[in-house]
Amino acid sequence: MAQNTTVQTDGHDEHHHESPVVFGFWVYLMTDCIIFGTLFAAFAVLRNQFNGGPTGHELFEFGGLGLETALLLVSSITYGFGMIAAHKAEVSKVIMWLGVTFLLGLGFVGLEVREFAHMIADGAGPDRSAFLSAFFTLVSTHGLHVTCGLIWIVTLIVQLMGTTEIPERMMNKLTCLSLFWHFLDIVWICVFTYVYLASMI
Amino acid sequence: MLGRLSLSAIPLDVPILVGTFIGVAIVGIAVLGLITYYGKWGYLWKEWFTSVDHKRLAVMYIVLALVALFRGFADAIMMRTQLALAYAGNPGYLPPHHYDQIFSAHGTIMIFFLAMAFMTGLFNFVVPLQIGARDVAFPFLNNLSFWMTAVAFILVNVSLFIGEFSQCGWLAYPPLSETQFSPGVGVDYYIWAIQISGVGTLLTGVNFFVTIVKMRAPGMSWMKMPVFTWTAFCSSILIMVSFPVLTVAVALLGLDRYFGMHFFTNDGGGNQMMYLNLIWAWGHPEVYILVIPAFGVFSEVVPAFSGKPLFGYATMVYATCSIMVLSFVVWVHHFFTMGAGPDVNAFFGIATMIISIPTGVKLFNWMFTMYKGRIQYHACMYWAVGFMVTFTIGGMTGVMMAIPGADFVLHNSLFLIAHFHNVIIGGVYFGYICGMNFWAPKVLGFKLNESWGIRAFWFWLVGFFFAFVPLYVLGFQGMTRRLNHYDNPAWHPWLLIAEVGAVLILLGIACQLMQLYVSIRDCNLPANRDVTGDPWNGRTLEWSTSSPPPIYNFAIVPNVTALDAFMHDKEGGIDTRQAGGHYEAIHMPKNTAAGLVVGISSLVFGFAAVWYIWWLAALGLIGVIGAVIARSANKDIDYYIPAEEVARIENEHTRKLLAQAAE
Repeated sequence: MAQNTTVQTDGHDEHHHESPVVFGFWVYLMTDCIIFGTLFAAFAVLRNQFNGGPTGHELFEFGGLGLETALLLVSSITYGFGMIAAHKAEVSKVIMWLGVTFLLGLGFVGLEVREFAHMIADGAGPDRSAFLSAFFTLVSTHGLHVTCGLIWIVTLIVQLMGTTEIPERMMNKLTCLSLFWHFLDIVWICVFTYVYLASMI
Repeated sequence: MLGRLSLSAIPLDVPILVGTFIGVAIVGIAVLGLITYYGKWGYLWKEWFTSVDHKRLAVMYIVLALVALFRGFADAIMMRTQLALAYAGNPGYLPPHHYDQIFSAHGTIMIFFLAMAFMTGLFNFVVPLQIGARDVAFPFLNNLSFWMTAVAFILVNVSLFIGEFSQCGWLAYPPLSETQFSPGVGVDYYIWAIQISGVGTLLTGVNFFVTIVKMRAPGMSWMKMPVFTWTAFCSSILIMVSFPVLTVAVALLGLDRYFGMHFFTNDGGGNQMMYLNLIWAWGHPEVYILVIPAFGVFSEVVPAFSGKPLFGYATMVYATCSIMVLSFVVWVHHFFTMGAGPDVNAFFGIATMIISIPTGVKLFNWMFTMYKGRIQYHACMYWAVGFMVTFTIGGMTGVMMAIPGADFVLHNSLFLIAHFHNVIIGGVYFGYICGMNFWAPKVLGFKLNESWGIRAFWFWLVGFFFAFVPLYVLGFQGMTRRLNHYDNPAWHPWLLIAEVGAVLILLGIACQLMQLYVSIRDCNLPANRDVTGDPWNGRTLEWSTSSPPPIYNFAIVPNVTALDAFMHDKEGGIDTRQAGGHYEAIHMPKNTAAGLVVGISSLVFGFAAVWYIWWLAALGLIGVIGAVIARSANKDIDYYIPAEEVARIENEHTRKLLAQAAE
């Protein structure tokens, strides 16, 4: 009987202390990673199919791109500060850092939309050539992810407002969003290198 | 306002569809009327539609799968009848436009909504119980997955009556599926049905992977895990790795169609073979996603009805894992004719043949389990033995087609059709029906009628061979797949025999319906009731609970010390339930309507996107996002079952067990 009681207490504790949410979300992110991997593969196949249209070398400019990259990388750092504050249960600081991250992310998406609008206006839209189809799809899938991240940040800011502590469920949400945000950074580094730099060199 | 949608989209000029619509409408109104008459809406809503209980979701998945079976089989027998008629001067009764939709819908429905839904139903029912867990890791996502699958199936069926379905085969190869050659809405229905159900399947994969990794009962190490759970685990990994590829392949096709992009078009630098590579990088793992759990079912059923432990547990696990890995390096065998060259084709041909080795290991394991066993020929065993014979033949024709030289002759012929039905009906379908007969008493609390089960088996088995062996012959005679009409007199008799096979299978399905009817009618007969919860002298933990199990599955989480934990406990005189032990309050998830709202919003979105009704699509999307955010903000998501209530339920079951033992 004594043994039964021990086993059961263990089970009970396990249930309360080890939520599968973060692990589950990480696993989900790995499937997302395969989506990006497949899009990179499609880009690799089609990257020289210009159909007589503009090439990457002609289209991409380093200026805006550098700024975009800087915004996104810095936003990862600011999110990291937010997580440090969350571990200390300083709710107002968490909200502040989430706000900063949101603005940086918004800046990134804004610059990307501006770049796309320029390209489309110049006749280099996604229907121009297979290369541009693959380029727009890969880059805007990343941009769409960032946009979802922005909606998620706003949702969490609203949920955090007026509270004074960070319960386990909220901590899990913040951790998942953290994984998501850093993951998008890593994907962007691959996009930056493989799509932009490799075309410009 | 309504995009491309107008009254002319409703096919009033096709009598078959009008008749079907009237039939569906009458049955639909009758069902809805009966639910209203008996006042069951509240019950359905509270106990089923919004349920996050894996056992309830399992039943809903299997009901969905059976409905899909009827739809998919109706398509099948229409095709066989067309080909029995459409010889020489007779054009048959299905014009090509309609016939092409039927074979496309048949494949799509059978794979995505019969097989996948049935498999997910079995996962849902069995896995948490086998590992001694109280639910899956993410009960809400489980409900959401179900609704995504269900609404995608609804979307496919909407295409029957509003517009049309794809005419490009079940994988919608470009360039045929591009706007240039398929300007209608059919391919768009296909795209959105696949994408919506794909979300559900992917979440199921993640859910069961995490459940199996994180929620096994204390003491259940990897090599003490039941084989069905192992197969569910491998299948979940395959889902997680391959379904994102399907999502991308179909999304790129959609981008070509919706935004005029050039991924797979003839012009603009597109590359159709990239689509084939992507779709089969998903498609080949997909058939293993389906068949590996069927192997798991047989690995539970054969020991139970042979009165012996499974022969070669460890080799079974290794074989399953090998098949899982190998399934990713064979996809090119679906298009050896692409022209990748002898080196590439040889690699993929040999890799394909290697898969037959772990599969052979499994077959020998099942046979050695039966060897010198005390075999009971229960209906489940009929399906299992029928599988061993049928699947072996299908496997061997698969190895034949893995030889690139032979494949150049047989590619896209009816030989191929015969081969994959041979493995999918003989492997997947026989396996799932076997599993349904095996676990039904656990789900329902009573056994399924055996006589009708055995009749169904014989009709299916004999019908299968009549329907598909002629297709092997026709393949050698040069008949290609997807033909609507033919003039070759040598083919006609074989197609008549195949039609006879289809009719026999129809009788098999009728017997299965009869089996369900008779079982429900006689469910209160003492011989049919499953009072003990262990009708087959089972070996694994699911048989240690009552039938049907209480909502929390296990009042006290079992302590696992050996493989086949329940049998080990029974032989050692240990009470797995620890009845009368110290009960504590149990933490459970609350039901939620969020999954249903996301599902219906996705259906609205999908339908609107098919018809270019953009304001409605925006509403659907807002519904999805809104429901997810609302769910995230909802704090009222769980509750506790008090210890006294647990004790009451458990003592009631103990009392029944003692009464049964006293008889």
